[in-house]
Formats: sequence, structure tokens, C-alpha cells
Amino acid sequence: MTVLQKKSDNPIAHLTAGDVELLGKQLDEIRQEVIDTRGEADAAYIRKVIDVHRKIELGSRAVLLASGFPPAWILGTVGLSVAKILENMEIGHNILHGQWDWMRDPKIHSTTWEWDMASPAEQWKHSHNELHHTYTNVIGKDNDLGYGIMRVDEDQPWQPFHLGQPLWSFINACFFEYGIAAYDLELGAVIAKKQTGDPEFRARGKAVLRKIGKQVLKDYVVHPLLSGPNAAATLTANFTANVVRNLWSNSVILCGHFPEGVETFEKRSIDGETRGEWYLRQMLGSANISGSKAMHLMTGNLSHQIEHHLFPDLPSNRYAEIAPKIRALFDTYGLNYHAAPLPQQVASAWHKIFRLSLPNGWLEQTTVRNLPRQLVKLYKMTTGGPKVRRALQRQAAAA
Amino acid sequence: MTATVPRPSPARQPLTALRDRALRLAELVTTPLLPADYLDMVNPLRAGTDLRGRVEAVHPETRDAATLVIRPGADWRPHVPGQWIRVGVDVDGVRQWRAYSLTSDRTRTDGCISITVKAMPGGKVSNQLVHRTAPGTLVHLDQAAGEFVLPTPAPAKALFVTAGSGITPVMGILRNHPELSDVVLVHSAPTADDVVFGAELRDLAAAGRIRLVEQHTDTAGQLDPAALAALVPDLTERAAWACGPVGMLEALEEYWTSAGLADRLVTERFRPTVVVAGEGGTVSFSRTGTTLEADGATPILDAAEEAGVLMPSGCRMGICFGCVLPLREGAVRDLRNGEVTTAAPGDGVLIQTCVSAAAGACDIDH
Repeated sequence: MTVLQKKSDNPIAHLTAGDVELLGKQLDEIRQEVIDTRGEADAAYIRKVIDVHRKIELGSRAVLLASGFPPAWILGTVGLSVAKILENMEIGHNILHGQWDWMRDPKIHSTTWEWDMASPAEQWKHSHNELHHTYTNVIGKDNDLGYGIMRVDEDQPWQPFHLGQPLWSFINACFFEYGIAAYDLELGAVIAKKQTGDPEFRARGKAVLRKIGKQVLKDYVVHPLLSGPNAAATLTANFTANVVRNLWSNSVILCGHFPEGVETFEKRSIDGETRGEWYLRQMLGSANISGSKAMHLMTGNLSHQIEHHLFPDLPSNRYAEIAPKIRALFDTYGLNYHAAPLPQQVASAWHKIFRLSLPNGWLEQTTVRNLPRQLVKLYKMTTGGPKVRRALQRQAAAA
Repeated sequence: MTATVPRPSPARQPLTALRDRALRLAELVTTPLLPADYLDMVNPLRAGTDLRGRVEAVHPETRDAATLVIRPGADWRPHVPGQWIRVGVDVDGVRQWRAYSLTSDRTRTDGCISITVKAMPGGKVSNQLVHRTAPGTLVHLDQAAGEFVLPTPAPAKALFVTAGSGITPVMGILRNHPELSDVVLVHSAPTADDVVFGAELRDLAAAGRIRLVEQHTDTAGQLDPAALAALVPDLTERAAWACGPVGMLEALEEYWTSAGLADRLVTERFRPTVVVAGEGGTVSFSRTGTTLEADGATPILDAAEEAGVLMPSGCRMGICFGCVLPLREGAVRDLRNGEVTTAAPGDGVLIQTCVSAAAGACDIDH
């Protein structure tokens, strides 16, 4: 996608400043309606989900004590995968957003919660809640656009290492929680700037290592040991459950902002942004997953990514209820409500990852006849310096 | 839940040391949750967890008051009659804490305690407790606290002046101090039917344990402290306790002081006396990163809770210091007397958030 401001068919060109302001007010009203009716039923909902998660986790861990027996391995691994997904998505992600802080229950609060995840809650809250949710899809500001390892927008300059991004992306998906931990630490940037000696970075790094240590000890040492003779089977079960959870959460997150057709924004465009404009950016920069209630639960209601990005601190169980109202607003203002089933959104996101692993326009300009020439050009772009790359890129754009 | 909850310091006894080691091992199994999170699912009233209670029964006392019989958790420490406890109740999904006097007889054999609550007009918590609480409900508790208690030995002659729900700590005292033989109780309520524990008090009077003076304010008007001397001729010989609305307590304190008996009167307030409103301002919480606008009449505690900040809290009337936080910079006004406290960076001034309102911009270290 090209940043919205450079597009010839700018999808918001028909909106006046007054429209955007009115849209903001209407969204504020929807938000207030939910806040005014937040209450006992919502509190009961999150407590129920937490209770169910704990029972599934306990049950699965108990079954895995007999993991040497193949049906027990399968049942325990499925159960543990489900438990870990619930814990990360509907419970952890949403509590850490402060969606349940209004209950004033110190046990279910964004400032006290810790989750089953390599990245400590405190660091994730900063990079996710403060950076990603504020600068959603702004090129150069929102590091979630490719997490610093992927090129997911035409306006992100192509570099040779992007050629391998389908592979990096798959490895990242399998070990997503560690990728997120490194990302929250801004590990790549810190190494590039040679700032690894910075005491603040070291303190945060230690916190991550401590957290990872506890997580690894639990899943790969303590629980296997508890299974006695079935230790090896329990270890593989726990590893599998972690990978399943990682692949699942990675897929859901790819669906949120990376499918083709989701808009991105120029850095300059958010200078002096009004509340209405911020809302509009969230509406155009997110994509939903359509599906059943079970799908919404297992994605932590990030299937309602648009609603979540508009109101990140409203209880997740309410997104489904406001979705029709939000959709009606999209229609009123002639905007595209981006929603599709999970396989379609995942495929679309991966298509983009493959497509953008190559320089802009390269694939489109390649035919059987000019293939040798195109390969030579790609080779030059890969081995040449930034100047060569820019020159060849300009040439391609002009063609 | 979390690993950030403070753990008890390592104990010296070998048995507790062993238990601590087992607990640490269990934490490796349950991380990032705590073993307590799972144990609480099975037994929320067990020893070693947050203090909770289960409502066993709700007995109506009057049309707007009820006694709740509560089975407290295993860590409950016996109270002194006359003390209060803080009760945390979820109302519309939001945890609210209020203080109520204990009214139970300490010799109860079932281990339960009781509080007696009067539903206040518009009161969120009191109405829920009196009218909408079913047996089996779990509530959150704190240990008992408060100085509204009898000295040892108990005084030979006592006077209690109460109004409305102010009778509750006194009932707690009367039920547990049968040795008090010379008691005068002057109680105000709108009508005879509105007297909480009316039947029990009248029985006590009939049995000669107390002398009961009922002031029915719908017909007889408010109690005049000056008239007390006529009602209780030996008032000056009596140790006195008073509990009721702020206006009544102030009038009584004035009367006792002018009679030179100030040290003979103990009073108990259920609400802070708010006399001053300041100008308000922006309050920021540097650690949680929350910023909010608070007006000059709202305690910082209430404003912060409204904004979703998890605040330490206690009695909510400026006496227990459970809500104290450092004011890094700024100015706050004490709502009870209007006194302004200011802090510059490094001062680390501690303020009671439940009775302090913003008096300009404030930065609170929380």
C-alpha cells in the first residue's frame, strides 16, 4: 500500500473537515454509551473467561502428566494451546490495555497483571499501548508496520535483506513471543546504534531475561520433571502448545493491519491531528476478521480490530455489540469497512509479505523474455549500495 | 494475577521456612500466576490469602437497615467491640469500599461477625448491602480498626449519645460488655420504628441494664445538647461516647468543651467534615502515567478511582492513613479544614488522598 496522502484515488478526498469532526463526535457518543452501561454483566464475563482459562490450563497440565500415552499427549497439547491462546488474547492483551481497570479489582488490573509471554507486561504496554495505538500505521512512527524486520508497505525503502522476509516472517511467527520481547526492547535499533551499554537498556534487558527464564523453566523444566518418566513427551507437548499459540497470535496480528487495502499514513500527516482525524486513521488503518463467536473469543476480539483501534480501552466483550453501529458509520461516510474471514486475511497479509520482499514494481515488470535482465537488475540492487538501489528503483518507477 | 504482589518476609520458624520454600517451588509451576490464584478458586476464605468474608445471612432491622452475618476468612483477628471494618463490595461491577461498625456478639460460637448497615438515600454500597445482597455473596474485608472502644477497666457510669446508624458501634459495645451496669443511652431516630435494634434496646431497658431515652425527631425535633443535662442529671460523672451525624457531634463537642469536660467525650464520625472547596487542578500520577482534571471539592482518591487508577485506600474519612501517597510537586487542600499543603520536587510530602483535593496542578508519585 502507498501512504494514503500520495494515492491518486485518496479514499478520504470526499470528506470535509466538518464531516470528520462530526464523525469524531458520533464515535465519542458510541464510546460513551458503552461506558454508561458497563457493569456487573461485563465484570462477570471477564471473571468467567479467567476462571475457564485456569480450569483448562490446570486440566491440560494434569493430563500431560501422562503425556507418554499418545491420546493424553494430544488432548493435553490441544487443551494447553487453547488455554495459552485465551490467556494471551482475550485475557492478557485486553487487561493490559486497561479494559477492565474500571472494576477497581487489584487482581484484574493493567498495573498488576503479568502474562504467559516472553515480554514483560510493563515493556509491552509501552511499545503497544503508547506507540502502536497512538501512531497506528504511520510510516516511520509505528514500528508495528513490519516490526523492523519486514517490509509491509511500498513506502518503506527496499533493502537486500527483505529478499529473505518470507523466511524471517515464518520464523518470527513460530517464535512470536520472543520476537515481540526483542521488539519491545527495541533490540535491533539499540544494537545498530551501539547503545547496548546504556544502563536503562541493560535494566530492561535483564527484566526480559528474568521473565524468559521463568517461562522456560516452567514449560521446559519444571512441568516435564513433574511428569517423571513422561518428561520428554511433556516437553514436546509444551513446546508444541507454545508454537501453536505463537502461530495463532501472529496470524491474528497480521490480519489486523497488514492485509492488502489497509491504509498507511505519512509522518507529516499527523501533525496537529484532531480527534476526528485520529479516529479516521484508526478506521482506515485496521482490518477485521469475520467469523463466529468462538473466533472472536480466540482472537481476543481482535477480530474486531477496527472497533478495538477506535476504542482500545473498552471491554472486549462489547466490540461485537458496537460493530454494526461502526459499520453503519463507515457506510454513511463512504469508507471501506475492511472485513474478511481469517484464511482470506492471512493469505492477503502473506501475499503482501512475499510481494514486498522484492523491490517495488519488480515482479510486475518481469516477463519471461526480460527475466535475465530483471535478474541482473535485482542482483545489482542486492549487491550495490543505497545509491545504486535508488537509481535503479527510480528507473523502474519511470518505466 | 501477578508477581508484583509483596510476599511476606521470610519467617524464622523452620515450619514456615519449609512452607515458604514449598510456595516458591509452587510459584515456578504456576508462573506468571501465583499459587494463591488457583488456591483462591477452591477456598477464598483460606489462611494466607487476602481477607474476604462470605455473607451467611441478611436480617432486616428496620425498613432501611439490615444486619449482615459474615463468615470471615481464616486470618480474621478478633475485634474490640466498637471498632469498624472496611468492606469491599462490587456494585455494578465496580469494587467499592466502605467502613461499617461491627455489631456482633464476640461470644458467638459459629465464628461469624456481623455488621449493621443503614441504606443511605442514593448510597451505592449501603443500598446494595441492605436490599440486594444474597447469602453466599463474597465480600472483601480489612481487619477491624478504630478507637471508639471502652477503656479497661470499663467505666462505672457510661453515657452514649447516638443518632441513626450511629447506634451500631454502641450496640457492639453493649452486647459484649454485660459488666456495664450503669448505662444511659440517648438515641435519636425519626420515629420509633426507625430505631435500629429498637426491640433489643427496649428489652435491655426493661431488664434494667440500660436507661434508654429515645428522641423521635419527626415529632420531637433534633436533640438539643443543652437539654441533655436535664435528661441525664449526672452527665458530668459519666464517661461519654457519641456517634452520629457531623452536626450533632460538633454540637456535643462544643457543649462538652464549654463544660470543661472535653476529655470525657469520645466521638466517632462516619464521614469527613467537609468545610472547604479549593480551585482544583490537573493531577498527574507519575508512575501509572495517568493525568486527570480534578475539581476542588473532590478528594484526589475519588477522582483517581473514577479515572481507573488503582489507589491505596482506607477509611475514606482521613483517619486511617491507608491512602497516603507522596506528593512530588504541587498543592493540595485538606477538605476538612482548608489547609493547603505544597510540595517541591524532593520534598516527598505525604498526603492523605481521601481528604485532599487538588489546589492547582499536582504530581503524585504513584
